[in-house]
Amino acid sequence: MNGFDYHRPESLEAAVAARRAAADGAYLAGGMTLIPTLKQGLAEPSDLIDLGAIRGLAGIGLEADRLTIGAMTRHADVAASAEVQRAIPALAYLASEIGDAQVRNRGTLGGSLANSDPAADYPAAVIGLGASILTDRRTIAADDYFKGLFETALEPGELIRAVAFAVPRRAAYRKFRHPASRYAVAGVFVADTGDGFRVGVTGAGPCAFRWTALETALAGKPDAAAAGAAPLDSRRFNADLHASAEYRANLVRVMAARALADLAG
Amino acid sequence: MSEQGIGKRVTRREDLRFITGKGRYTDDINLPGQAYAVFLRSPYPRARIRAIDAAAAAKAPGVVGVFTGKDLAADGIGHLPCGWLVKSKDGSDMKVPPRPPLAIETVNFVGEPYALVVAETLGQARAAAALVETDFEELEPVVALAEATAGPQIHPEIEANRCYDWELGDQAAVEAAFAKAPHVTRLEFANNRLIPNAIEPRAAVAAYNRPTEEFTLYTTSQNPHLERLILAAFVNLAPEHKLRVISPDVGGGFGSKIFVYPEETAAAWAARRTNRPVKWTADRSEAFLSDAHGRDHLTTAELALDEAGTFLALRVRTRANLGAYLSTFASSVPTYLYGTLLAGQYRTPAIHVEVEGVFTNTAPVDAYRGAGRPEATYVVERIVETAARELGIDPAELRRRNFIRPDQFPYETPVALVYDTGDYEASLAKALKQADYAGFPARRRESEARGKRRGIGLSCYIEACGLAPSQLAIQLGAGVGLYESGEVRVNPTGSVTVFTGSHSHGQGHETTFAQIVSEKLGVPFEQVEVVHGDTGRLEFGLGTYGSRSVAVGGSALIKASDKIIAKGKRIAAHMLEAAPDEVDFEDGVFAVRQTNKSLTFGEVAFAAYVPANFPEDLEPGLSEKSFYDPKNFTFPAGSHIAEVEVDPQTGVVDLVRFVAVDDFGEVINPMIVEGQVHGGIAQGVGQALLEHGVYDADGQLVTGSFMDYCLPRADDLPSFEVDTTVTPCTHNPLGVKGCGEAGAIGAPAAVMNAVTDALGVKDLAMPASPERVWRALQAA
Amino acid sequence: MKLSLTVNETDHELEVAPNALLVDILRGDLGLTGTHVGCDTSQCGACTVEMDGRAVKSCTVLAGQAEGARVTTIEGLGAPGNLHPMQAAFQAHHALQCGFCTPGMIISAIDLVKRTDGRLDEVAVREGLAGNYCRCTGYHNIVQAVLAAAERM
Repeated sequence: MNGFDYHRPESLEAAVAARRAAADGAYLAGGMTLIPTLKQGLAEPSDLIDLGAIRGLAGIGLEADRLTIGAMTRHADVAASAEVQRAIPALAYLASEIGDAQVRNRGTLGGSLANSDPAADYPAAVIGLGASILTDRRTIAADDYFKGLFETALEPGELIRAVAFAVPRRAAYRKFRHPASRYAVAGVFVADTGDGFRVGVTGAGPCAFRWTALETALAGKPDAAAAGAAPLDSRRFNADLHASAEYRANLVRVMAARALADLAG
Repeated sequence: MSEQGIGKRVTRREDLRFITGKGRYTDDINLPGQAYAVFLRSPYPRARIRAIDAAAAAKAPGVVGVFTGKDLAADGIGHLPCGWLVKSKDGSDMKVPPRPPLAIETVNFVGEPYALVVAETLGQARAAAALVETDFEELEPVVALAEATAGPQIHPEIEANRCYDWELGDQAAVEAAFAKAPHVTRLEFANNRLIPNAIEPRAAVAAYNRPTEEFTLYTTSQNPHLERLILAAFVNLAPEHKLRVISPDVGGGFGSKIFVYPEETAAAWAARRTNRPVKWTADRSEAFLSDAHGRDHLTTAELALDEAGTFLALRVRTRANLGAYLSTFASSVPTYLYGTLLAGQYRTPAIHVEVEGVFTNTAPVDAYRGAGRPEATYVVERIVETAARELGIDPAELRRRNFIRPDQFPYETPVALVYDTGDYEASLAKALKQADYAGFPARRRESEARGKRRGIGLSCYIEACGLAPSQLAIQLGAGVGLYESGEVRVNPTGSVTVFTGSHSHGQGHETTFAQIVSEKLGVPFEQVEVVHGDTGRLEFGLGTYGSRSVAVGGSALIKASDKIIAKGKRIAAHMLEAAPDEVDFEDGVFAVRQTNKSLTFGEVAFAAYVPANFPEDLEPGLSEKSFYDPKNFTFPAGSHIAEVEVDPQTGVVDLVRFVAVDDFGEVINPMIVEGQVHGGIAQGVGQALLEHGVYDADGQLVTGSFMDYCLPRADDLPSFEVDTTVTPCTHNPLGVKGCGEAGAIGAPAAVMNAVTDALGVKDLAMPASPERVWRALQAA
Repeated sequence: MKLSLTVNETDHELEVAPNALLVDILRGDLGLTGTHVGCDTSQCGACTVEMDGRAVKSCTVLAGQAEGARVTTIEGLGAPGNLHPMQAAFQAHHALQCGFCTPGMIISAIDLVKRTDGRLDEVAVREGLAGNYCRCTGYHNIVQAVLAAAERM
């Protein structure tokens, strides 16, 4: 691992300032992706700005129909949270399916979203729930956030503070996990928002996306059969040793159907 | 018999250090003044090294030295040898490509080391390694096994990349049988490449003492004496008596740590060159690239049967991938450890096998848990199962009809082995009952009602363990004998120190061997200590592989113990004023027959070291050595049954049940034996469902980390149901056969027979990954 | 940079490189070699230690992230004669062979029992230990050991 200057600011402002001052800085959240990347020499930042000492970046708040989760909240805490389990049990379940126990004990919501791995779990929920990404400078709607492979709407140095989820009437997440890495080969988050269905898909494409054709086909009813028939453009789907694009498309349909069945059940 | 004697579930004494973090593995060892080595590895599958510019690296902070293959060669360091000479059909010797520890002119697989940097810290060594500029001329690689003989020639002196073209069996008899056979079942399949992945990566810490010219090499070896022998006799690192090799606690091997590798060789040499202790520890990425891989066969198999399902003949053609060079025992794995096992548990009267060993630009392939025998079992048990389906005979019944019967032993197979004993029907019957084979149709209907597919599969394997008499092995080309040494040293106070040439890297010898000697000598278990893994403390040994430790190493200890008892009788006779043949030894007491005169083992031991007026022909001391050379292989055998449920929508195979009934002969410690079976099954299931070492068409290893290579996790596996039957081995003193590889040998065929049964397809490639299964169902 | 942390109830003040990993500090600076390194992609779990009450992979924690932390390694659990129930269960159930994955496995298993209040069945143990590879045991006896220890913790 290359050398770098390490910063451990105690406020959001100090973190953003340190990042701005750095030649080629990077924020460090849980480090579950960044640290292995540094070890392999795939990233060589000049400065690491550790967000772990900033007060108020971690925590879960539930007000009426809005669940807000701080960027530095660990996956394990989301999974175990009584508030999350009450308000959006599918989100708690999603968090419990990320990686493994040790990864969930360190990995964070903000880190996952900032990295935007095409196979990460959280993006499916962010899309599926139409969440808002709250940063140090603005609010970004889920639909505007994911831009491509490891690409987001975040500007250089922009820091996620929290994510706000509107509490849906009901929601479900189904994931087909990669046999080796345990990332999502295909993960589908379906939410009945009270104003129709939203369907977020991760793992299949270069970044998480809305399956609007299925949303339309559902026409307000969690009809699992619709997942088998709705148009799905898999031309840009990922393909690797463990899953071709065609197989991924099948998995997206199967996971969507199962999530819809969970809703109906 | 004591609570810790033979046959008892004794908890392991070695556990105390492991569960408290006090194990001592190679990387835990740090020597004063040590420097760190980092290897430069080829990024290309095949390239000529035009030039290596190490000037910048040599000047980098903390660098002690940068060395290349030329430096080693200039210092007289020889090539890494292959220890088993296999001859082709035409009588010619196998072709052996030169393998310098560090590549000199060409690199032949991604990850092949060609230089090393030694520096004060690991970080400095890594940083300096990044500064080495190597000018490679890329050459067209040979990657696909199927096209390997038609590709460019990898080694200038080896035509068609063919190492050997070997055969075994009576070809004419087989052709004649096929010519008139009413039914022939044919299968073509691959045995997938596996990457062993012991959780402890390989490592070495080497020191050189200039005044005494002595090396001490700590390394992750399953057989430190063999390592020393090769480094001394072939590599010319140092004379054998100046080289001490120590394998401290070793974190799993599964075959991959049998071999002598470039890294510990070069690190030891660098310790002399730099006059500094040198440490090297592989990271996992290096392990993936450079540990010897396993399996990787392409096979066509044909079984001829009559209408009643009697096997008439078996014909097998295999192309085995040896990788870019011949690793230490690579040549023997797809030949003598494979072809000889193709009779399985059956009376097949005629068998002919041809094996073409070929080179490719991939990591060397050598023994991995089972080594040839899983491949042979896969051939036999897949084709038998397929034949049963084609003939409409229940697979269990077809096997029964062809089993060698208990009254037919010793049984000489058409592929050069003589099985001493067995009862195949007994283990199959027990396994079928345990697996509720009769109830399977109901379970299948229940699965189908839930939209799932269900399948059941059998595998009745045999393996040859212990590796055979030295005479036979050497006749067949082995470069070493295959005996084992043991020493039983009775201390003056009556406690016992046992030295064994076999090596434990998880097998629990410190417990098992203490059980054996404790029972044999009537000495309390706590007073028997087992020492292994250090060429400085025991005279010679051949290490642990091929499930040989108890059968061969344990037998050596029995022989040494017998000598102790004989000597003890002479001492007791002298002290009790009787003739030695009047002295009996039982439960730790020497007693003169038909008298009340007796001495305890401890009293005799003390007398041996405080010899009051011993006669001239009775030497003081009580310490004995033995070399045990087995008379034959041992033949563990058993029946494994897998049951799977398949999700047709995703292709996921759920292994819902796995039953193993094995005949290992007598069992020293059932707890340890069960553990060995569990671990073997997990690796066998891994091969069938999860694991695959894959190179892309450009020769890059695609499965180079745990992100892509799927090692079984706890939630990938069920609990296993394991049981045994017993027919004692007839030719070793303990009646034992060996248990270390059975699971890995039996499981793949059982699982794949179950998967193909569930899918209703003739064959499916391993691993039966979700996409493969899903595609098979789409096509069906 | 300076680092203060508590390991196995002992406070340490260390001078470390910013790019040092917690596992380097434990094995190198503190000589606690019971914590092992088995991979470089944060998967095998051999390096698992408890940090501030949670099981973490110490190969994926930077020195600075451990500032002020309370860390427990295998050496801090129990010694012969006074073993932690999980350590004792691993021996009693033959849940280890080569021993290399064992320290991390034990730490993870304790974490699993704690965070589930011991309410575990076989499936939960298998899923709960997915972050720890074992190549020797096939996990069969590990599962038995964890279930047995959960009764006693």
